Amino acid sequence: MQGSENSKRRASIRKFLYILPFMVLLAVFAYYPLYGWIYAFFDYNPPIPLSKSPFVGFMWFRSLVENRVKVNQLLQVVMNTFGISGLNILFSWLPMMFAVFLNEIRSIRFRKMVQTVTTLPNFISWVLTYSLAFSLFSSEGMANGLLKQLGMISSPILFLQSSEHVWFTMWMWNTWKAMGWAAIMYIAALSGIDESLYEAARVDGATRMQVIRHITIPSLLPTYFVLLMLQIASFLNNGMEQFYVFQNAFNKETIQVLDLYVFNLATLGGSYSVSVVISMLKSLISVVLLFAVNGLSKLFRGESIV
Amino acid sequence: MSRKMAGLNRHSKVQYSVSDKMISTLTYIIYSLFAFVCVYPFYYIIINTISANDISTKGDIIFLPQQIHFHNYTDVFKIPGLLDATTISVGRTVIGTILTVGASAFLGFMFSQEDMWGRKFWYRFTLITMYFNAGIIPWYLTMQSLHLTNNFLAYILPMIVAPFFIILVKTFVESTPKELQQAAEIDGAGTMVFFIRIMVPIIQPILATVAIFAAVGQWNAFQDTLLLVTDNKLYSLQFILYQYINQASSLSKMLNLQNTGSMAMQSLAKQQTTTSVRMTVTVIVVAPILLIYPIFQRFFVKGIMIGAVKG
Repeated sequence: MQGSENSKRRASIRKFLYILPFMVLLAVFAYYPLYGWIYAFFDYNPPIPLSKSPFVGFMWFRSLVENRVKVNQLLQVVMNTFGISGLNILFSWLPMMFAVFLNEIRSIRFRKMVQTVTTLPNFISWVLTYSLAFSLFSSEGMANGLLKQLGMISSPILFLQSSEHVWFTMWMWNTWKAMGWAAIMYIAALSGIDESLYEAARVDGATRMQVIRHITIPSLLPTYFVLLMLQIASFLNNGMEQFYVFQNAFNKETIQVLDLYVFNLATLGGSYSVSVVISMLKSLISVVLLFAVNGLSKLFRGESIV
Repeated sequence: MSRKMAGLNRHSKVQYSVSDKMISTLTYIIYSLFAFVCVYPFYYIIINTISANDISTKGDIIFLPQQIHFHNYTDVFKIPGLLDATTISVGRTVIGTILTVGASAFLGFMFSQEDMWGRKFWYRFTLITMYFNAGIIPWYLTMQSLHLTNNFLAYILPMIVAPFFIILVKTFVESTPKELQQAAEIDGAGTMVFFIRIMVPIIQPILATVAIFAAVGQWNAFQDTLLLVTDNKLYSLQFILYQYINQASSLSKMLNLQNTGSMAMQSLAKQQTTTSVRMTVTVIVVAPILLIYPIFQRFFVKGIMIGAVKG
């Protein structure tokens, strides 16, 4: 009896030892970098090592709210983040409607074609997307070529250098890339709706729009809710690549989101500690947001999302 | 509108089908437009790379190629560094994908082993990493202290343990009958033997999905080169492409100088321009994705649906 207990225990430990190397990798690449947050509390200027850098406590944190120039800069960056994330959340129902109306199309071949083609941009990197954007919208690109051929303009329009509507164009590119892909979730959920609901509605003489309004959309709302919550949780994480590749001297003011600002501070501004402070605050706020939306989800749906 | 509807009440059936038809026509138009917008940019750069360069540079080739030639593709590989970058990108994609798929399969399976010591804790330990990020400087300093800056391994090691893929595999493994493992254990198969001989063949569909995600991720990765690599022998294609977009004019001049050495007269149509260099490199970088995409599309659709069930 004791022998089998022992061997069970040994098997359980052995299984853990199998995954141990991977947990070490995770500890090194995901947890160990957190130690770097300590730089937020020092006046760190490489190549002087941290051990010789003066400890400054919360000086950098205070500078973010006290230094007039920095406050204004940060406010603009936060506004850009809120603007672009806000647009994405405002239109977060688009992929759902995309799936709903796609489902209404009778020709299966057309449906498959649309689904295949619209998911493609999701697999293209932002660098490639920018290259496509450049090809289409630069001064010698397709858009200007077409407008010139039609005789509508005489000198090229500089679409990419424009400092206007930057939030909106960034939202557009993101939608171009992500919409078809995001719709797949809803298409999956659509296939799970009980067919008898539709039949009952048809017998009652409901129109297609009525069926969509009273059956299809309500059945997709739980999925929408989960995805919306996750989107809100990552409100501050726009990622940096999209804005890095699209940024230039003209649109810098309105394109710089938090992730790009952190990167620019680190690589161009030379302000290492401030960059660490901001990424630290960003991470902490994101985790709080995640718990908040998770709490909301538990409250309203009785189940958690993470 | 409502008064009109009331007036036509007797013909309500006709009314519905007319509005139905209008909706259907409208949806067809909208979806066709969106599909066109998704495909056209790719078509546009491809027709431009095979058209006469002096026309393409004016932005005049919009729907059909003109004076087709394939000179750009042979020329562009003369740019120093493009072949190196191709090797690096292919290398990291192949090696990285194999290791990530292997690790995701193994960890997804192991986290389904209820008797593993500390299973719940280690599973959470893995998943939580999706939701925080130390930031760019701490990341850089970590990689530096591990001697992973200017090191090919920087492209591989951090990507091996991928929580999202582990969730996908674990969900799939949990949908298979538990009796399989019990039966195999009675027959004397250990955990590893069971995993390799029996589990891996069963979970192949989800591994295909993970493989395609991992490969696309590796192929498209840009930020790690930007941050960690200054040695131009280790530049990835994405990074080189980004540089080319910004410096294509000097590269086209250089290629033209090289060519005048070999061919005394270079026709204007084949002379490299800023546009032709940039677009040709773009096509080379995007080509692998366009080629494998139709083959693997059905895999990831299936895969994401498995993920969606779990939510």
